[in-house]
Amino acid sequence: MPVAVTSILTSMVTSSTVHTEALRRAPVTGTALQARKKRPFLLDLYSTSVGKKYAMAISGIAMMGFVLFHMIGNLKMYMGATALDHYAEFLRELLYPIVPKGVMLWILRGGLISMLFLHLHAAWSLTKLNRHARPVKYQGARDYQVAKFASRTMRWTGIIVLAYLVWHILDLTLGVVNATGTNGEFVTGEVYNNVVRSLDRPVVAAFYVVANILLGIHLFHGAWSIFQSLGWNNPRFNNWRRGFATAFATIIVVGNVSFPIAVIAGIVK
Amino acid sequence: MSHLKNLTLKVWRQSGPKDAGRFETHEVAEISDEASFLELLDVLNEQLISENKEAVVFDHDCREGICGTCSLMINGVAHGPQRATTTCQLHMRSFKSNDTIVVEPWRSAAFPIIKDLMVDRSPLDRIIEAGGYITAVTGGAPDGNLIAVPKPVADAAMDSAQCIGCGACVAACPNGAASLFTGAKIAHLNRLPQGQPERYKRAEAMVETMDEHFGSCTNHGECSAACPKEISIDVIALMNKDYRASKFKSRKEISRG
Repeated sequence: MPVAVTSILTSMVTSSTVHTEALRRAPVTGTALQARKKRPFLLDLYSTSVGKKYAMAISGIAMMGFVLFHMIGNLKMYMGATALDHYAEFLRELLYPIVPKGVMLWILRGGLISMLFLHLHAAWSLTKLNRHARPVKYQGARDYQVAKFASRTMRWTGIIVLAYLVWHILDLTLGVVNATGTNGEFVTGEVYNNVVRSLDRPVVAAFYVVANILLGIHLFHGAWSIFQSLGWNNPRFNNWRRGFATAFATIIVVGNVSFPIAVIAGIVK
Repeated sequence: MSHLKNLTLKVWRQSGPKDAGRFETHEVAEISDEASFLELLDVLNEQLISENKEAVVFDHDCREGICGTCSLMINGVAHGPQRATTTCQLHMRSFKSNDTIVVEPWRSAAFPIIKDLMVDRSPLDRIIEAGGYITAVTGGAPDGNLIAVPKPVADAAMDSAQCIGCGACVAACPNGAASLFTGAKIAHLNRLPQGQPERYKRAEAMVETMDEHFGSCTNHGECSAACPKEISIDVIALMNKDYRASKFKSRKEISRG
């Protein structure tokens, strides 16, 4: 490495006050592998930053799958109350009668919840690692060359989407924050009515729109990033990776944002 | 024809690793368009010495863009505004007269500041020590083309081998990650036949050594934009792939691909 001795010696000639402590060699870590504790290989992989990126990517793919099918399922809204409610019932009956009603749905939910926690844990630990990697920030202004708004705001868009997810479950799964009053009460299974009653509130509709745009921004970087993190890099399809992420994010945003707008505009009522 | 420029420099001064440090503002008058950035600092230092002040300490060596010794965050960009250029090859024609130029050292937990603009980049050496070589009895120089390497493979390996280890990727990365450096060093050897026997051991050891010092990659691409050798983030994907393989592949069965 060119950094080494010559330049440091030069500096010592030009300045007599060079601190000697910075010149001390760190321990040689080429032997770190032998010193490490034996662990099951998946835990071993997850203990490193590259392994955590794999966890981010794989859990990301699982949740992208969910987001896509959730959006497609919701399009049933445009076919009327019966179609949407029937679809919701179908989800409960997945794999019935191999398994009792609702069991398959809970297996899927369990998978998604664990993927979410994996995504959060990996994001949390990587953020911590990255903060430690630069304890003293640049004192002058940074001039980023290529880093996009989406990539620079992943943590913020992620946190806001998480808050939205909690609200969304309280609203349309549990009905806790669903609207009450003249339009009637939340009824589990009457999906169509529940959606219309909730999104009829302009503030809630606006929140849904904003949260879904932020989800789109998150996906715009995340869906591209997956390829790099998983080492899926090939000149044959590299040009398609950006296009895939843009298309995926756009489809999700257009679909999801259309629902609150349709309710507010009275197309779905 | 040469143009002369007057520049204001906001330079980071720090007496040692423990000092808090501060910006110091200096004027440099009538500097030639043909002067390199390091020559600008030389002129400033002559000025400081004549005023009986301490010269600014900065790293430099070959001054022809191949050694990787010079560094500097110039106006918030590693190696300054010109793409694919080291600080020593950056010239005053990239600036306008009366510009204020902010000069800072690389900032990373792994790169402690020795003095002023000089940092200790030896953690990059630790990564190389972990596996950035091939273990072989080299003997005399072998005949050319004794080991056949397809041209595209040789080209790709050469693209990675261009890395001069300056640390601009770490400096530019919002996360202080060294993935581009480590990826380049891994890709350089892992793409070539000579690198195959130790391929996965190398990826494993180098990535885990990297983890002891640096942050993680979030795919911003700032590293590649700052790289004076324009190394592509493709090498990071290859690093990730080979690291995964180092955990999953049975080393006894590796010849089956």
